[in-house]
Amino acid sequence: MKLKNYILVCGGTGCESSKADDIYRSFMKELKDQKVDGEAQVIKTGCFGFCEKGPIVKVLPDDSFYVHVKAEDAKEIVAEHIIKGRQVSRLLYKKSDEKIHTKIEDIDFYQKQVRVVLRNCGFIDPENINEYIARDGYLALEKALFEMKPDDVIKELEISGLRGRGGAGFPTWRKWSFSKGVPGDQKFIVCNADEGDPGAYMDRSTLEGDPHSVLEAMTIAGHTVGANRGFIYIRAEYPLAIHRLEIAIGQAKENGLLGDDILGSGFNFDIEIRLGAGAFVCGEETALLASIEGKRGMPVPRPPFPAVKGLWGKPTVINNVETWANIPVIIMKGGAWFAKIGTEKSKGTKVFALTGKIKNSGLIEVPMGITLREIIYEIGGGVPNGKKFKAVQTGGPSGGVITADYLDTPIDFDNLAKLGSIMGSGGMIVMDEDDCMVDVTKFYLEFTVDESCGKCSPCRVGGRQLYNHLEKITNGEGTEEDIRKMRLIGKAMQKASLCALGQTAPNPVISTLQYFESEYMAHIKERRCPAGKCKKMLRYSIVPEKCKGCGLCAKKCPAGCIKGEIKKPYVIDSVACVKCGACEEACKFKAVVKN
Amino acid sequence: MPQSMPVLTQLTPELDSFIAEWRDKPGNLIMVLHKVQQVYRYIPRDVALTVSKKLDVPLAKIYGVMTFYHYFKLEKPGENQISVCMGTACYLKGGEDLLKEIERDIGIGVNATTADGKFSVQAVRCVGCCGLAPVMTVNGEVYGSLTASRIPEILAKYKK
Repeated sequence: MKLKNYILVCGGTGCESSKADDIYRSFMKELKDQKVDGEAQVIKTGCFGFCEKGPIVKVLPDDSFYVHVKAEDAKEIVAEHIIKGRQVSRLLYKKSDEKIHTKIEDIDFYQKQVRVVLRNCGFIDPENINEYIARDGYLALEKALFEMKPDDVIKELEISGLRGRGGAGFPTWRKWSFSKGVPGDQKFIVCNADEGDPGAYMDRSTLEGDPHSVLEAMTIAGHTVGANRGFIYIRAEYPLAIHRLEIAIGQAKENGLLGDDILGSGFNFDIEIRLGAGAFVCGEETALLASIEGKRGMPVPRPPFPAVKGLWGKPTVINNVETWANIPVIIMKGGAWFAKIGTEKSKGTKVFALTGKIKNSGLIEVPMGITLREIIYEIGGGVPNGKKFKAVQTGGPSGGVITADYLDTPIDFDNLAKLGSIMGSGGMIVMDEDDCMVDVTKFYLEFTVDESCGKCSPCRVGGRQLYNHLEKITNGEGTEEDIRKMRLIGKAMQKASLCALGQTAPNPVISTLQYFESEYMAHIKERRCPAGKCKKMLRYSIVPEKCKGCGLCAKKCPAGCIKGEIKKPYVIDSVACVKCGACEEACKFKAVVKN
Repeated sequence: MPQSMPVLTQLTPELDSFIAEWRDKPGNLIMVLHKVQQVYRYIPRDVALTVSKKLDVPLAKIYGVMTFYHYFKLEKPGENQISVCMGTACYLKGGEDLLKEIERDIGIGVNATTADGKFSVQAVRCVGCCGLAPVMTVNGEVYGSLTASRIPEILAKYKK
């Protein structure tokens, strides 16, 4: 019997966390129980990206997009959709206007997206190499081995204009050509999958959804620069990605696509997985290499760059996951094709993890040059709960904020840098009026202080001092002198730190001071947190005119500091108040106010 | 310097064969420590000492590496591991409130273990499912889109 339908169950981390595995098994069981297991195939794929609506199930060929699916829904989908050919409308994606969207192309979230890196994510079973091969997988490797010379490959990358997606945006072809130019028979290829930026999961999703694309690209690089060994350095916190990589490496070896004499070309290449152990600094390339060598992951000054002197002192090409995933497509379709996407100096697409105060959070891939407004309002659907957009943070602890005034700036490496932020690895966190910029900055500094390896003092001491000043300000004890000192320390850290971690650690401070100085000043001069986030400065009070004297707030107060008589306005004892906000939540008349 | 030879701990066969496989590979230490932690759930001192002899790496170096990386634990964790995500998305959406409620419920804050050894609490960087923020995991099971009020009911399942 010919297969009529394909049921694609999202197996990305978000959906997997919501029991995608049970959904998968439930479909298998239902197909069997309803005696149609010959008519449809269930495939667990990588991330569909639209995590907000997960778990997601897609049914092909009609491209039905079912959201918030539960294991028990499988019965109905099989009975109705697979057997009778009728969509289960209650599970289809609906926009706020309640209009039902039956096809993926109708969904706003996907309309502005261009999928190059994520071309296979959500389409193939990442644990089956044949599905990758069926979508032209490993053709680029074949082309690079038999039809192109190493210099042609580098030339193609140069034409493509591909820049490193790990954050700094260094041209990929130059790294490769440095390594190729160094004589020596031992060279290494490394994939940086140590995605440590909190609030970002682009690389994880790529590896979970399409691991072979990275293996293929690394093998091409090996052949191009003359390396026979590759390492994937991946966070131990990503068990699913590790598992799928292990399967992919095994299958590639069985198929003669990795190991000795690849495709009969005489070229040998092997890839090993090395686990990170939770150190953000290991995203820095020299620290990462130290960690692969089994040492404490501390950076060393560059030059020499790893491309010349890297792992165990040998030339090492090191690129991040997203950069690698672009390469097979560039080889197949040509650098010129790739260079058509994007802006003048930033070619191709970028994957972002769109999270925070946004309606459609998820994983998106957009062409460079798209505006933040398009991302936040058209793809992301805007800020939920009627709140006001305040800023978007890019680049995580190394980046900065972009405010509403700059929403129409086309996004690329250079424009983001001009605005005082960075492209970073692709975390994009939306903040609304309830988020305090000083508090968020303190959050990032707490992170970098904790993650500083301690080798150089500008980072070790400077970061701590910045944090102390921020703590003082959020506690309501700040002065203008704190601001002056933070600017000074920030500059010193940017100039004197050994590696990018320390050099960029003050960015959140400098950027928020640039765009939200008035918010810092409110903390300092008025002892007030405009967003109502800094608890030490918070004062809850009851507006007597609004209070009906129901006493609910007093009942909910854990500190017992609200007193009053029924039917008369209640009063909060602000000294005893623990600022938990329970009263505000409890009041039905909005009589409890902050500040 | 005279040195009394410590009695080496017997390792599990699984760990022994793993060490044998990795002994001669350069850069093996972190991979071996991962395996140790996978077997024992933390890195006991006596095991680290045995590893030191077997790999011919000074214990001090092992200690240096273990303490550098957040992932490695030097103390035995509780029976149930609660991890509250403190990635940016979870932080903005109230990750701290979850920690507070956990402390109220079982009486311990971050990086602590309850006296009965039932629970350990840690704050983790990013679980990688920001769409579900705020997120907490208990023994790897993910609980997403949480509110503090749901914590007691979730933890009750593990108290039995």
